[in-house]
Amino acid sequence: MALTENNQCGSEGEAKSRPGTFLAQPFTLIGEAVIGWINGLGKATLFLFMALVKTFRSKQLSKVIQQVYYIGARSTTIIMLVSLFTGMVLGLQSYHALIKFGAVGGLGALVSLSLIRELGPVLTAIMITARAGSAITAEIGIQRISEQVDALHTMRIDPFRYLISPRIIAAIISFPLLTAVFDFIGIIGGYVSGVALLGLNAGVYSHSIQSNVDMKDLTDGFIKAIVFAVIVATVCCYQGYYVHMRKDSHGAKAVGLATTSAVVISCVLILVSDYVVTSLLLI
Amino acid sequence: MNTPLIEFKNIIKRFGSQTVLENVNLQIYEGQVTTIIGLSGSGKSVLLKHIIGLLKPDEGTILFRGKPLTEMKKSEIAALLARISYMFQGNALFDSLTVYDNIALPLRETTNLKKAEIDRRVMARIEQTELTEAAYRYPSELSGGMQKRAALARALITDPQIVLFDEPTTGQDPVRKNAILSMIAQYQRKFNFTAIMVSHEIPDVYFISNRILALYDKTIVFQGTPEELGNFDHPFNDEVIHSLEGLQKELTGLYSKRQFKVLNHVQLKRREAGENYCIAAFTLTNLDAIISSMGHDKAQEVIHSMGVYIDKHFGAIGGFSTRRKANEFVTVLPFSDIAEAESILKDFVKDFQEQGIRDIWAGAQKQAPSGKCVDFSIRAGIAQGQPTAEIDQVIDSARSQQKEIGRLQCAVGE
Repeated sequence: MALTENNQCGSEGEAKSRPGTFLAQPFTLIGEAVIGWINGLGKATLFLFMALVKTFRSKQLSKVIQQVYYIGARSTTIIMLVSLFTGMVLGLQSYHALIKFGAVGGLGALVSLSLIRELGPVLTAIMITARAGSAITAEIGIQRISEQVDALHTMRIDPFRYLISPRIIAAIISFPLLTAVFDFIGIIGGYVSGVALLGLNAGVYSHSIQSNVDMKDLTDGFIKAIVFAVIVATVCCYQGYYVHMRKDSHGAKAVGLATTSAVVISCVLILVSDYVVTSLLLI
Repeated sequence: MNTPLIEFKNIIKRFGSQTVLENVNLQIYEGQVTTIIGLSGSGKSVLLKHIIGLLKPDEGTILFRGKPLTEMKKSEIAALLARISYMFQGNALFDSLTVYDNIALPLRETTNLKKAEIDRRVMARIEQTELTEAAYRYPSELSGGMQKRAALARALITDPQIVLFDEPTTGQDPVRKNAILSMIAQYQRKFNFTAIMVSHEIPDVYFISNRILALYDKTIVFQGTPEELGNFDHPFNDEVIHSLEGLQKELTGLYSKRQFKVLNHVQLKRREAGENYCIAAFTLTNLDAIISSMGHDKAQEVIHSMGVYIDKHFGAIGGFSTRRKANEFVTVLPFSDIAEAESILKDFVKDFQEQGIRDIWAGAQKQAPSGKCVDFSIRAGIAQGQPTAEIDQVIDSARSQQKEIGRLQCAVGE
């Protein structure tokens, strides 16, 4: 064994001194990063698959309800606050832009379609990532480093079934509902700024919404919400569950970094997947 | 001997380039308390985690009842693991769940028992582990000792056949340490499970262990009884046992068994031909009744007070004492013949009857006075030894001469 290791070290040393290695090094690094990324993606996909497979059991219901309360119900206030001001600022900016073209009657359609198709699902997902996603990563991460996940194994309790699956299902239930809340309150925000503050006719605002928003807009928005739910819940649970395998740190610091990674990766993936899903839905 | 319940054959475990276990061979037998001892960081917990499947060996075979794990079907392995419980070094209690919920968790998640039945079993365990007042508190609100007991209660809630204890006494004071060990021994006898414990509480673990496995330099260097370990000639004895033992006067203030033997040898060398010495053996009766009535902590306080009292009395006149068993103390009177020793013992008995037994009882009440009381007595016997006689024979002789020297009777209003 020692001989083999020595030989390997020797061959690495020789490779480093070979001409041309310097030029190949950037490609090696890129290759390693891409392979690592693909491996991670595959692992996360299997992680999601395992969690979904282990959903179907009567005892899961109470855990899912608990998580719906935590991820969904307790996020409602912040979602309402953010959506109200998003709608208001959207109404305000759009009013001043539309009035230049004499198209202020389309304010309701612009606000509602922007919210239902894009802003509602995206901002809801980002807000839940910040509020509940980070907490999920930290909670599972601490359970991992304090051997609570190992304790589940020793008690023959499947950690996927106990920790991961309820959170992913709860996210899939909560995200569309909170998106609906966001859309509704956002449209009211647009009404407040456009109608109550800037004097647009209320009938014009609501008629514009009624005549321009159809069922496909709503379903597209909810499809996005479900995709974001799966992404956010999977990323946050995955980062927490495998916190002990991080190479950059250990213990409490690893939990902190995992939480940061979970939020950053979730937000980036929300925006990337938003473009991909929108493209597919528009085909 | 029978087929071992668990057997390791040439187990090797590496973490990266670091080898933690190298050619580990061991046998664990059913119904016994087996303790794995070794220095911190020597791989004891890693070894234990192989038994429950949290870690897998890089090389070698683990056998259960003679059958390799690798040849077992998944269902067989699952059934096997269902019979094993594990108590973690850091307890691994769920900090977002109350003590009750922590203990109930395995029953709720892995059985179809009704709520009332789960409640009955959990409350029974909570009472047995003296956690009634803490049942609805969170782990962070409990003391270290209570957390240990909660972890123990959770490990025992499924009535396992094998329980693994990973340093169950870490971070506890001497009384608590011995209370936890006593609790493990009591439950092991009561439920007849096989206990496998990792510890470096030497010599305290000797009192409850049937077999000791010594892990040293990445491998098992000794397997046998605690008595056999005393005669084990290996660097492990010097580097591990003696260094750990040196710290172990905590509970009773008395010498360890090894230090006691060394002192006796030194005294033997000083004696001239014809000079005698005497040994007194003291036994606390009804220890089990004290434990079941008053709890493990108070029982350990009784033992602690008894050790202190014996040491105070005989230490003042040149004697030296040790704790031989959970409830037995032995004192050497190095330069006394039987007549002098009898006279010394007579004085001791007088003091003991007037004050000693009350002091011992007061020690038990020190932690948390309660209205509970239990009868117990102390028996003592002496025997004279010749310089050539084996000390164990003299102790046996003293033990056979024992008679009651003091009794605490609750009925007379203690």
